[in-house]
Amino acid sequence: MSKKRWQVFPGKNRFFCGGRIIMAKQINVFFVTLILLLGVCVLFFVFDCEYLSQKVHWLVPVIAGVLLAFTLLFLFRTSFSDPGILPRATGDEALFNDRGADNNVDLTQSSANFRNPPRTKDVQVNGETVKLKYCFTCKIFRPPRASHCSMCDNCIERFDHHCPWVGNCVGKRNYRYFYLMIVTITILCIYVLAFSIAHIVMLSREKENTLITAMSETPASVIEALIAFFAVWSVLGLAGFHSYLAGTNQTTNEEIKGSWAQRHGEVVRNPYTTNNCCGNFTKILCGPSYTSLLRLREDKNKEKRDMEEVKKKIEKLMFEQQNNSNSQGHWTNSQPHNGIPVDHTDLQTQLPRTPTPS
Amino acid sequence: MAANETTEVATAPKKVFVQRDYTHGTECKYETTYPTQLEGVIARETFTDTVNKINELFERAEELGCPTYTEGCLSCMTGYLLYFCIETKYSKEMKQISLFIQRQNDEIYHPRGVHIVEPMLRGLRCIELVVYPAPNKPI
Ligand SMILES: [Zn+2]
Ligand SMILES: [Zn+2]
Repeated sequence: MSKKRWQVFPGKNRFFCGGRIIMAKQINVFFVTLILLLGVCVLFFVFDCEYLSQKVHWLVPVIAGVLLAFTLLFLFRTSFSDPGILPRATGDEALFNDRGADNNVDLTQSSANFRNPPRTKDVQVNGETVKLKYCFTCKIFRPPRASHCSMCDNCIERFDHHCPWVGNCVGKRNYRYFYLMIVTITILCIYVLAFSIAHIVMLSREKENTLITAMSETPASVIEALIAFFAVWSVLGLAGFHSYLAGTNQTTNEEIKGSWAQRHGEVVRNPYTTNNCCGNFTKILCGPSYTSLLRLREDKNKEKRDMEEVKKKIEKLMFEQQNNSNSQGHWTNSQPHNGIPVDHTDLQTQLPRTPTPS
Repeated sequence: MAANETTEVATAPKKVFVQRDYTHGTECKYETTYPTQLEGVIARETFTDTVNKINELFERAEELGCPTYTEGCLSCMTGYLLYFCIETKYSKEMKQISLFIQRQNDEIYHPRGVHIVEPMLRGLRCIELVVYPAPNKPI
């Protein structure tokens, strides 16, 4: 059996489930995230929930469960999906890009004639000039907003950042999952912090105990409260930061580089924003869900086989056409060949082609 | 030119790349300028019609309308479990584009010795046109 594309993928990635799951090579920190998240929640469910459901409301553990489920779903989506990797250019496309992406360049010539091909390309995006840089690894001019992740060795569309906590890059395809994960984890964090403190306080009031004895009665709540307390500041900060980024349609990468800040006295406007916070949000959260461009589960030779078939088909078609025109002896312009309608707007180009001696 | 050189050149298909047009943003759109390399093979109008239609189909796929928003909201509320049950609008539209290119190839481009490579096979970076050389006249 021949190999699938994920088995010969050139980036530094890890695959599971026959190429359905893609992650970065380094995923240790992802397990730390999982253990922390699950650990705190298990402690909460085991040591707090029974008491809280009796004394406060039976909905307390239910809501916690729903929040955890959503956090995990969003987290797994972020970690396991293709973040928007641009497949590397191969064959003639790579050669074409390497020689400056110009159709007038003859690709059959030897590379000696191309000493200094352009390595950047200026394009206009909504009136702003954007420089497209050439990526030597991927052999492409990176589209606007794309960047090469050095950890994963891939160009990522709308690159945000490489997040070791989720064990994946964050980009065009998984940014919304990442954002929603951050928001739900913030809510979960505040929720657990609030109810573990409530548990301790209620215990201390109930038996006229001091706080210290209540804490020694339920040490699990103390641990949860501590972890949640330290975690809440970072996730809350992150949620705020990404809300601001999503509202202004920026990426972390652009924000860090100061792409849309004032530079040398001239203001570079962000050409991607709709100038409407709500519009940016809906576009990021509810816009089209792009399909992966990697075709990871496809046979690695399928494309080559298909191209060979096309070549055979075209050779056959052209051979037949030639025989037709030879047998007729006199080929006229207006005659449709093989039932293909002739485009009368541009007759000259519809003639059967003959090899042009150069 | 020597005869054997001509045959060697004739066996290697020429490639023409239609690049992305970013003037209106990062949405997928391709340049409609006619590559001079296609002169004498594909009519200017035929080429522009094809690229315009492909652009139109991509625009429809990425359109921010009610169907996309409903799909986005519903899948978000199910924690994206909905993606296991339904095919997304974008993916359906990609199949339409694939079918359209296949039809164009069969009806117009293949009989003229040209093959359009689906942009999905090139990371949507370009539309690759493979121009097969005309066969040599039989002796
Ligand atoms: Zn790259
Ligand atoms: Zn990465």
